[in-house]
Amino acid sequence: MNDKAIARTKSQACGLCCTKLESLGVTIGKTEILKDINLHIHCGELTALIGPNGAGKTTLLKAIMGEIPHSGTLRFLDIKDCHTRKPLIGYVPQKLEFDPGAPISVLDFFSAGLSTRPIFFGHTSRQRDHAAASLSVVHADHLLERRLGDLSGGELQRVLLALALDPCPDLLLMDEPVSGVDSHGREIFYNMVSNLRQQYDLSIILVSHDLVMVSRYADRVVFVDRTLQCVGTPEEVFNNEKIKRDYGYVYQESIKGKQSSLNGHKIKGVSA
Amino acid sequence: MESWYFIIDYLLPFDWAHHTFMKNALLAVLLVGPLFGIMGTMIVNNKMAFYSDTIGHSALTGIAIGILLGFQDPLWIMVLFSIFLAIAISLLKYYTIASTDTVIGAVSATMVALGIVLLSRGGGFAKYSRFLIGDLLSITPREIYLLIFAFVAIVLLWTAMFNKFLLLSVNPTLARSRGIPVRLVETLFCIVIAVIVTISIQWVGILIINSFLILPAAAARNVSINMKQYHVISISIALISGTMGLLLSYYWATATGATIALVAAAFYLITLLLKPRFA
Repeated sequence: MNDKAIARTKSQACGLCCTKLESLGVTIGKTEILKDINLHIHCGELTALIGPNGAGKTTLLKAIMGEIPHSGTLRFLDIKDCHTRKPLIGYVPQKLEFDPGAPISVLDFFSAGLSTRPIFFGHTSRQRDHAAASLSVVHADHLLERRLGDLSGGELQRVLLALALDPCPDLLLMDEPVSGVDSHGREIFYNMVSNLRQQYDLSIILVSHDLVMVSRYADRVVFVDRTLQCVGTPEEVFNNEKIKRDYGYVYQESIKGKQSSLNGHKIKGVSA
Repeated sequence: MESWYFIIDYLLPFDWAHHTFMKNALLAVLLVGPLFGIMGTMIVNNKMAFYSDTIGHSALTGIAIGILLGFQDPLWIMVLFSIFLAIAISLLKYYTIASTDTVIGAVSATMVALGIVLLSRGGGFAKYSRFLIGDLLSITPREIYLLIFAFVAIVLLWTAMFNKFLLLSVNPTLARSRGIPVRLVETLFCIVIAVIVTISIQWVGILIINSFLILPAAAARNVSINMKQYHVISISIALISGTMGLLLSYYWATATGATIALVAAAFYLITLLLKPRFA
């Protein structure tokens, strides 16, 4: 049953393919929302996109996905450094827009995303096995028959993550995936994402306001406010003089928070 | 049609089934029921009840335009007008920052007012009141063929598109990341609803057409936990309330459409009471 999931974990990150953004800009109407974004995102890396509200983080994700038109170029390069194809993108939204009573089971949701066989006819056993295998990657296979509205915030985000990973994308984009989830759920989620980047051949871009988690798990932090303000390791960005001066105290606190939480207790492993 | 009449005579040797208009109406109900049962589930999922209501009400203006252009039977003009309106509403939704229900509310109010003004010119509104209430019993065999065609078209379209509609309804950006042309699919969905609602207006009536769409799905929603159950229950409720409503209206001598709507409303009430068991 887990064949598929296991097969996928074998293609490890090569660290050589990357997504290149070159002088990318977004203008909607007369408002310039983003300009001069130059970024290389390597596979096997967890890049956290941070910045104040309204800085254009979500817009950047949507531009990468092609939902919003952009200027500049966006290229996905494979090992030989030649443009091969459009990257396959997995996306984990912040939330879904359904009312809690909606009769959509986790299996319905998965089959809708993976096949064209209309889900009101029910599901084949192959679809069921496939969905269970995908869900087992995020330790959520026991949720298969549950209604989406009955899941906890953390469970729902894991289901969304599992769908985003199936088929395995080149680029995994997450827009504040666990805002509003309790700290235990956040811990589990970040742990999983952090493991993914070692097990799969993909690049991860994560928008987050949760700077404690970002400083703990991200390989690279990109601070965006209209344009790139600072790029580097979490320490570099949080200790950057300009960032400290302009966006100051929030980041100081987050680093203190990180230290105290690291001292306070060991990071829990994944349990489901 | 002859074979349908024969089957009815054979299977249902009752008084009411002797009338040809009842045979026609029964067949129409058996087609419209599942049709609306299927479409309703997605309309409720997408929170588009107000949209389908607006399309129904706007038929007044469609009728008026048809009459002004000199058509005896304004159906095709109404259909064209509803497609135009569906596209206009999708564009308005996209290009204005006002919330969707405000945009749709504004369109609805305007279209009802415009329709009434145009139709009441010279004090002749009364002759169009049949469109308000609808007359299922007046359905002709030719119109039934049209319904059969619509039914087949919807089943085919739903088979091809349903999963896309569902993903779109839970998160458009997620749908887009999985390669679904979001705006195209969304507009297509709006157009299809508009066409089916408009075709059915003359038999069901402007005032209650939305209850046909919404009530079976809303009732099914209360007592189902996955999409298969949702559809099976919604279609069953639509079929049962359609048939019951038709018979009750025959014996009570009431308007058929409204009677069917009332039976469907009763189902909604029952499922609402049962809901705590399924929550």
